[in-house]
Amino acid sequence: MALTEEQTQRYARHIALKEVGAAGQQRLLEAKVLVVGAGALGSAALLYLAGAGVGTLGIMDDDRVERSNLQRQILYGTKDLGAEKVAAAAAAVRERNPEITVRQHREKLTPDNAQRVLADYDLALDCTDRFETKFLLNDACVLARKPYVHAGVVRFGGQVMTYVPGRGPCLRCLLGAVPPNTVTGAGAGVLGAATGVIGSCQALEAVKCLLGVGDLLTGRVLTFDGLTMAARVSRVPGADPDCAVCGTHPAIDDLTANRREYEPETVPAGAAHTTEDTKRKD
Amino acid sequence: MIQINGQAVNAAGKTLSAYLAETAFDLAHIAVERNGEIVPKKQYDQTILVEGDVLEIVGFVGGG
Repeated sequence: MALTEEQTQRYARHIALKEVGAAGQQRLLEAKVLVVGAGALGSAALLYLAGAGVGTLGIMDDDRVERSNLQRQILYGTKDLGAEKVAAAAAAVRERNPEITVRQHREKLTPDNAQRVLADYDLALDCTDRFETKFLLNDACVLARKPYVHAGVVRFGGQVMTYVPGRGPCLRCLLGAVPPNTVTGAGAGVLGAATGVIGSCQALEAVKCLLGVGDLLTGRVLTFDGLTMAARVSRVPGADPDCAVCGTHPAIDDLTANRREYEPETVPAGAAHTTEDTKRKD
Repeated sequence: MIQINGQAVNAAGKTLSAYLAETAFDLAHIAVERNGEIVPKKQYDQTILVEGDVLEIVGFVGGG
């Protein structure tokens, strides 16, 4: 289907890029991307993906806009205080680009909904704010064989990595298990523009992945420190054959069976051990 | 000398654990790649760094 006159104008700067062209723009218009987390990372990513004309954007968040968000969550303005984030984000996306189909997922990512929600999308963005959710999204994408762009940000910087099934390590290959959320934005602080850098990198990776151009951060991690402006791309080429979710003999093949790792607060103290728990100890 | 994140470091003969203990890295939040392969955390104590090793130590933060 050819681009309309209005689309040719709107996406002129894309069409001029040899890596995009009219054909590439068409691919973006047909693509479906799920952004998990409509906070600081999600704000930058959603605005750029909407501008790029990614045809369907899913927004997943169960939170409301608070005053302390406004310093960095650039999707929202003062008028949005108290509003549901997915609704306010959807409105901002549609304002930017009315032809985007926006799907609001007003819920947290859980072991119960992850597979169902992911099924409708080509690619996901990890714009979440705690390691438990990052690991849940990682495992869900590995099991669903969907590419996704991992990221984290705190204080003045963070990291970005892209997972493409079969093409390098997943998050669990690199970190093993969920580390503690010892350094958070609420506790340690986070600079708005740093979240813009990291979130924009996620949008950039997503667009490259959808177009099939450039060098993705697969088997590579971009680490950015905005205080020193040190940026490093570390090569981490090997997926771990012993990885519990993407390895040759994965212990994790069912998100709900691994619930206690993603939702530790829901597991009652002194819960009885089952054989699955005993297996997972090693 | 050993290359760590692109810098030459004098750490040959030390275990990976011993080297990391001298740095500000928090073990739970890092991945270590040695000569192209991820070092499992349970092997940090037994991994002895040798001359010519190339390491990447990557830190992960969890905010968003």
